[in-house]
Amino acid sequence: MAAPLTLLLLVAVTVRAALYRSSLADLISERVEVVSPLTAWKRVVEGLALLDLGVSPYSGDVFHETPLIIYLFHFLVDYAEITFMLADVITAVALYLSVKDYNKQVFRKQKYALEADRYPLDCLELIRSPKEMQYIPLKVAMFYLLNPFTILSCVAKSTCGLNNAVIALFVLSTIKGNVLLSAIFLSLATYQSIYPLTLCAAALLYLLQRQYIPVNLRRFSFWWFVAQYAFMYLGSLFVIVGLSFFLLGSWDFLPSVYGFILSVPDLTPNIGLFWYFFAEMFEHFRLFFLCVFQINVFFYTVPLSIKLKEHPVFLIFMQLAVISIFKSYPTVGDIALYMAFLPVWSHLHRFLRNIFLVSCVLLACSALFPVLWHLWIYAGSANSNFYYAITLLFNVAQILLVSDYFYAFLRREHHLSHGLYLKRKDGSEATLVLK
Amino acid sequence: PAPKPNQPTSFEATADKEDTSAPETVVQSSVPQPKDDFQEELVIRPLHSGDIYASFQFRTLWETDFMRGNKVSHYRLFPKSLGQVISKFSVRELHISFTQGYWRTMQWGQPFLPSPPGAELWVWFQDSVTDVDGTWKELTNVLSGIFCASLNFIDSTNTVQPSASFKPLGIGNVTDHRFLRYATLPREIVCTENLTPWKKLLPCGSKAGLAVLLKSEKLFHSSFHSQAVHIRPVCQDWQCKTTSWELRQTLNVVFDLHTPGQGKLEWSLFKMFSRTLTEACPLASSSKIYIDITDDPQGEQFEVSPATHLLSQAMVLGDRRTFSVYDLTQQITFGTVRSLNLLIRWKSSEDMLRPLLHAERYVAGYGLQTGEIHTLMYNNHPYRSFPVLLLDSVPWYLRLYIHTLTVTSKGKDNKPSYIHYQPSKDRVRPHLLEMLVQLPPNSVTEVTVQFERALLKWTEYTPDPNHGFYVGSSVISSLVPSIVAMDTNSTREQPLFSSFFPCKEESSYFMRVYTEPLLVNLPTPDFSMPYNVICLTCTVVAVGYGSLYNLLTRSFQIEEPSPGLAKRIANIIRKMRGVPPL
Repeated sequence: MAAPLTLLLLVAVTVRAALYRSSLADLISERVEVVSPLTAWKRVVEGLALLDLGVSPYSGDVFHETPLIIYLFHFLVDYAEITFMLADVITAVALYLSVKDYNKQVFRKQKYALEADRYPLDCLELIRSPKEMQYIPLKVAMFYLLNPFTILSCVAKSTCGLNNAVIALFVLSTIKGNVLLSAIFLSLATYQSIYPLTLCAAALLYLLQRQYIPVNLRRFSFWWFVAQYAFMYLGSLFVIVGLSFFLLGSWDFLPSVYGFILSVPDLTPNIGLFWYFFAEMFEHFRLFFLCVFQINVFFYTVPLSIKLKEHPVFLIFMQLAVISIFKSYPTVGDIALYMAFLPVWSHLHRFLRNIFLVSCVLLACSALFPVLWHLWIYAGSANSNFYYAITLLFNVAQILLVSDYFYAFLRREHHLSHGLYLKRKDGSEATLVLK
Repeated sequence: PAPKPNQPTSFEATADKEDTSAPETVVQSSVPQPKDDFQEELVIRPLHSGDIYASFQFRTLWETDFMRGNKVSHYRLFPKSLGQVISKFSVRELHISFTQGYWRTMQWGQPFLPSPPGAELWVWFQDSVTDVDGTWKELTNVLSGIFCASLNFIDSTNTVQPSASFKPLGIGNVTDHRFLRYATLPREIVCTENLTPWKKLLPCGSKAGLAVLLKSEKLFHSSFHSQAVHIRPVCQDWQCKTTSWELRQTLNVVFDLHTPGQGKLEWSLFKMFSRTLTEACPLASSSKIYIDITDDPQGEQFEVSPATHLLSQAMVLGDRRTFSVYDLTQQITFGTVRSLNLLIRWKSSEDMLRPLLHAERYVAGYGLQTGEIHTLMYNNHPYRSFPVLLLDSVPWYLRLYIHTLTVTSKGKDNKPSYIHYQPSKDRVRPHLLEMLVQLPPNSVTEVTVQFERALLKWTEYTPDPNHGFYVGSSVISSLVPSIVAMDTNSTREQPLFSSFFPCKEESSYFMRVYTEPLLVNLPTPDFSMPYNVICLTCTVVAVGYGSLYNLLTRSFQIEEPSPGLAKRIANIIRKMRGVPPL
C-alpha cells in the first residue's frame, strides 16, 4: 500500500505547488469561503507585523489566532507554503493509517459475530469482505488530498489546514489506543478552536471499548478511566494555555481568541449561518440567539453518544460534521475533513436515500458562491440576500448528507439484527419506517 | 448702586456713549476687577484665482484664573458659557472648528488657520483631571448644546489620543498625551444654527464692529466657510509673570465672485457681505481691517478704494507681507458718509507662488471588499527637505493592514523615522497611525495602506447607507522652512492673524495641512429582512435538529398498513359495543 499512497502524496503536492506559483494564489487567499477572520493568512502576517512594531497583536481586532501560531510562524513565516503542504500530507497519512487500523478491527469484530451466529441468515450480503475494504484507506487519503476544498484551503494558506492536521492526529492516536497522545492532541485541537471539545465523548467511548471496560455508570472502572483521561486532557490544556501566557506575558489572547469565537463580533460573510443572522438580529435578542446557536453545536454530543455508543468512530464522523456545519466561522477546509471519512461508509450506499439530490445541490452551491459574491460586492447588481440564500442551501444540503448517512448506518444495524428481507404478518414485503 | 455681578455691560456701554450725563457706575467690590481686553480684525486677501479670502479674528484676553477655588462670577467681555465650561471641565486648551467646504491649497495658497471639513475638536485637559474619558464625554455634550451642533456623536469610536501631533498651542509644560483628546466629525454640516450661537459669544454680538458683516445668507453662499473657537492660556509679557486666558473666535470665508468668461470682477464689502461698516465695536481696544497688497506694491494689479496711507508689515506663513490698514476706531476712516465700503478693482492677473506643503488623499480599489488609502504629500521647496508628522485616524470598520503600509518618495522606499500605531477595537476605538516622514525637496511622497471593509449590524448603518461612510481628514503638521526670519517674540504687538501659532525658532514656521475627507462605501445587508432572515436561518437549524431528533429518538419498525376510514369508524363502534374489532 505504500507505493500508491506515495504516488498520491506526490500528485497532491505537485498540484498545490503549481497553484502556489500561479496568480490564482492571491485570488484564492482573499475568498471568504476559504478563509475566515479566524484562519486568514493575511491576518497572521498582520499579527506578526504588529509584534514587530512593538504592539501586542491582541490589542486590535484583526488577529485572532492562538499564541502557539505566533510561536510557530515566527520561525516558519518564510516556509509557510511548505508548512501547509506538510500539514495536508500529515492529515492524509494520519487518516490513512487510522482507517486501516479501524477496518482491521471492524473485520475482526465481524468475524467474531459471524462465528457466534449473531447475524440473521438473509443479511449475508451486508457482510463486508476484505477485498472491498482493501482500497478504503487509500480512498480516504485521496478524498482528503484531492478534494478541491482542501486544495483551495491549502493554497490560501488558511490555518484550518493545521487544525485539521491536529484533529487527524487525534483520530489516529485514539484509534491506535494511545490514551496519552489522544488526550494531548484533543487538548491541542480544543485550544485552537473550542468546538473539538465535543470529540471527548467519542474518544472516551472508543478507548473504553478498546480496553474492554463496559460503559456502565455504576462501575468504578468506568469512572476511573474517565478521570484519568480528563486529568490528562485538562493537564495538557493548562500547560498549553500557560505556555501561551508566557509568550506575551498577558491573558489578552483569551478574550481575543475564545471570546471572539463565542461572541461572534465580526460579521464578515462566510459559508455559515451566523453572519447574516447576527447582522439582521434585533439588539434585544442578540445574546439569547447567540447562546442558542452556540449551545446548538455542543448539544448533540450527549444524545449522539447515547445512540452510537457501540460505534464511536461513526460518532467521531457525526461530531466533526456537526461542528463543521454549525460552528461560528466555518470554511470549506472544515467540510473537507469530514468528507474525507465518507469512503469508510461506502458500504452504506444501498440505504442512502437523497445522495443524488445532495451531491447536485452541493456542486451547484459551490459553483454559485463565487458568482453571487461577485454580483453583490463587485458588480453591485445583486444584494446580500443572494449570497445568503446560497449559504442556506449549502448548509441544508450538508445537513441532509449527514442525516442521510446516519439513517443508512442505523438502518444497516437494524437489518444486521433483524434480517434484511422483512415480512409483514401476512407475509407480504414490509417497509421500514421510523416510529 | 452696585450693578448686579452677572450682567454683561456691553449694551449699556453702547447706550452710554451718547449720554455723557449719566452717572458712571462704580463697582464696589473687594476684589479688583480683572483686566480684560478685546480686539477684532479682518484680513482680506485677494487670491489669484479671482476669489476673495476674508478672515475675521476676534480675540478676548482676560487675566483671571478659572482654576481657582472661588468661582469667577463677574463676566464682562469673556462669554460666561465658555468660562463655565473651562472651569467645570478643567480645560487647559480647547480648539473647535466647524467647516463647510474644502480648502484648495493649490489654488488659494495657505490659510491663516487651517481646518478640516466638518467639525473638529481637540482639547488639552489640566493634569488635575482624573477621569479624562468621562470628562471628554460630558464636554462634548455641553459643547454640542452651546454650538447647536451634533457633537454628541463624538464617542470612543472616533476619538483618538495623538502621541506627537497637536502639541499645546498655549503656555504650559504638561506634555503627557493622556490629557489630550482629538475627534473629527467629517459628516457635520455647518449652517445658520451654528453661526448664531457663535456670534452670541462676541462681546458686541452682531450689533457693532466687524461682526455686523456676518450675515448668514451671504456667508454660506461661499466656496469655503469655517468658524472656530480657540481657548488657551497665554503669557501677558516677556517674562511671563502673569498669564491670561485668550479666547479667539475666527471665521474664514472664501467668496467666489468670479463669473467665468468676464475676467475678475471688482468686489466690495457690500457685494460680499451685503452690509457696510459704520462703527467699530465700542468694547474693542483695536478694530482694524487689513488688505493684503503684497502682490501689488505699485498698484498695477488692483486698486483699493477708499485709499489709505496706513501700511503695516507682518511675518505670516513664512513670508513678509504688506497690508493696507483701516483703523475703525478712528472716525475719519468712515469719511463723510459715515460708512466704510472697501472696493477693489482688478487690473491684471499673475501667477501665484506654489505653496510649500500640500497634500491629497484618495481611496483606490474597486468593489466592496477591499480598498487602499493613498495619501500624497507634496514638498514644493526647491532644495530644502523637512519632516512632517502625519496623523491618520481611520474608523474601525475599515480594517487597516499595517503590514501593507508603504511610503515611497520619488519611486524609492522612504522609511519613516517614527511610527506610532494603535490598532482599532471593533465598536470601541478607531485606528491611530502617526508617522514622522522626511519629505525630500521638490518631490511627492506617497503613503499607501490597504484595508478591508466590514459588514456592520443593520442598526449601525445611517439612514442613507449607500451615501457611504466618512473618514476624517488626515492631519499633516510640520515646521516648514521660511523665506524670511520669523519673529519669536510672542508678546510684541502683532496683528492677530500672524500670532496664532507660537513661533519657537526663526528659520521655520509651523503649518498644519488637512487632506480631503474620504467617502467609502460599505457592503450593506438588506434592511427589510430582519424577520425573514431570523425565520429562514432558524428553519435551517430546525431542519438539522429535526432530522437528528428523528433518528435519535425513533427506531425502525415494520409498517402496518392502516385500515381505511370506514373500517376505523366501524372499529370504534364495535369497541363501544364491546365486540372484538374487524
